[in-house]
Amino acid sequence: MTEKGGSPVEQREPSGNDGPVDRRAFVQSLAAACASGLPLLFGVVRVPGLEAQGEGGGAERLYGMGVDVAKCIGCGRCVYACKTENDVPMGPGTFNTWIERYVIKTDGEVVVDSPEGGIAGFPPTTTESDMRRTFFVPKLCNHCENPPCVQVCPVGATFSTPDGVVLVDEDYCIGCRYCIQACPYGARWFHPEKHVAAKCTFCYHRITKGLQPACVEACPTGARIFGEVEGRATPLARFIRFNDLQVLKPHLNTKPKVYYANLDGEVR
Amino acid sequence: MPQQVPRLAAVFALAVVALLVARRQLIPDTFGAVGHYRAAAVTAIAARPVKYAGYQACETCHDQLAAKRLSGNHRGVGCETCHGPAAAHIEDISVKPQVPSTREFCVTCHAYNPSRPTGFPQIDPAAHNYPQACKDCHDPHAPVPPVVPGQCSACHAQIWRQKAVSHHARLACTTCHEADQRHKSDPRSMRPTKPVAREFCGQCHAQGSQATKAIPQIDLASHGVPYLCWQCHYPHYPEAR
Repeated sequence: MTEKGGSPVEQREPSGNDGPVDRRAFVQSLAAACASGLPLLFGVVRVPGLEAQGEGGGAERLYGMGVDVAKCIGCGRCVYACKTENDVPMGPGTFNTWIERYVIKTDGEVVVDSPEGGIAGFPPTTTESDMRRTFFVPKLCNHCENPPCVQVCPVGATFSTPDGVVLVDEDYCIGCRYCIQACPYGARWFHPEKHVAAKCTFCYHRITKGLQPACVEACPTGARIFGEVEGRATPLARFIRFNDLQVLKPHLNTKPKVYYANLDGEVR
Repeated sequence: MPQQVPRLAAVFALAVVALLVARRQLIPDTFGAVGHYRAAAVTAIAARPVKYAGYQACETCHDQLAAKRLSGNHRGVGCETCHGPAAAHIEDISVKPQVPSTREFCVTCHAYNPSRPTGFPQIDPAAHNYPQACKDCHDPHAPVPPVVPGQCSACHAQIWRQKAVSHHARLACTTCHEADQRHKSDPRSMRPTKPVAREFCGQCHAQGSQATKAIPQIDLASHGVPYLCWQCHYPHYPEAR
């Protein structure tokens, strides 16, 4: 960024003073100017979003998840597994992952509900006569490539790891809730006991040991597929290859790494 | 050099030193080692305890159940989906994982709900053999979907019981009724045959037939003409004679 920013200034100086410029001298002075600007940049200015992005791209692994909406039965075992595995409090609104039930009525009205995040399943809807379509959608942190939550964190307590997982540093978070406001997917919540922001970690403590995330382990129908996004013969690579994929809110350019198959257009 | 320059320089130097000290004090050790965050946080998060061990861990000991699971319709369902987190059980075998055996647990997945995908096996918990536990009929490690009745008795129980105490007890239903296999799945479209001709009963009950002497035999040409056999003798009844 600074290299590009510095060049027009440097270009103007010699041409204004000395007329025709020796190419070698120009390149040398340009390099010198850039070099003098670099330490200043590294010492003082850090752009978290950019750094995280750059590292993610060059990492050995890049984790993602596939969700097949047509396979979800809304049993809530993933919600239970996630809460158990990650010690998520049972209180309202504290979910790393949750299931939403969409009911699209004949008059076009869309009703979405998620009682207790769907942890105990869903009571059957009583009136089916005015129902056009209905289905379950599991939701979780999208582990965006351009995470808005990371951009807004004032202290650098939330970040993207080199393998593309967005995490929260519990010991460094000041609990300002800015990231909870910034997340367009509502995937973050405030920990009522620790007083820090909390979110899905893709079960980072499991995936680094070669295990599947708890929700994937617990899903009885294989609606969730976890793995590396690029370049390897993994179940996720196969899922990505053989399905028409969509992401949530693509217009926000957050570049989510949770890919949905068979997603209805009404899902937001 | 004017007097104030070294003084100012000293003040500036002090400020720079203070800044450096404050920076060292305020910024955590590993902050910025990888990115704009504490690198130590990643290792701390990665070191959190695991509670779901994964089905591969279960299979190392419970290999027979694992083989059974793979043979049945729950082959895609991980052990801990029903049994809950089992890492503690692997650490200490005296810690038992959950064994859900009630109807209430199975219907979490298998109760009818219109939002569930079409084709997923669902039942109405109020009507489906309430209040029996599901595992009484369905083995949870290799459950089978409901099958069409194997015998006529499943539907025609009353006739079957009458026949069982009649003289025809040892005859199979199919001795007299030809039933297509499709009758089991779609009873009304493929009805079984009924013997109507006098000669059919005469295969056993006519004089000179090859049946044993214990079977009552009649002269087909003179006995009860012109009626059909079943108009007087109901073959399923004990008093069929």
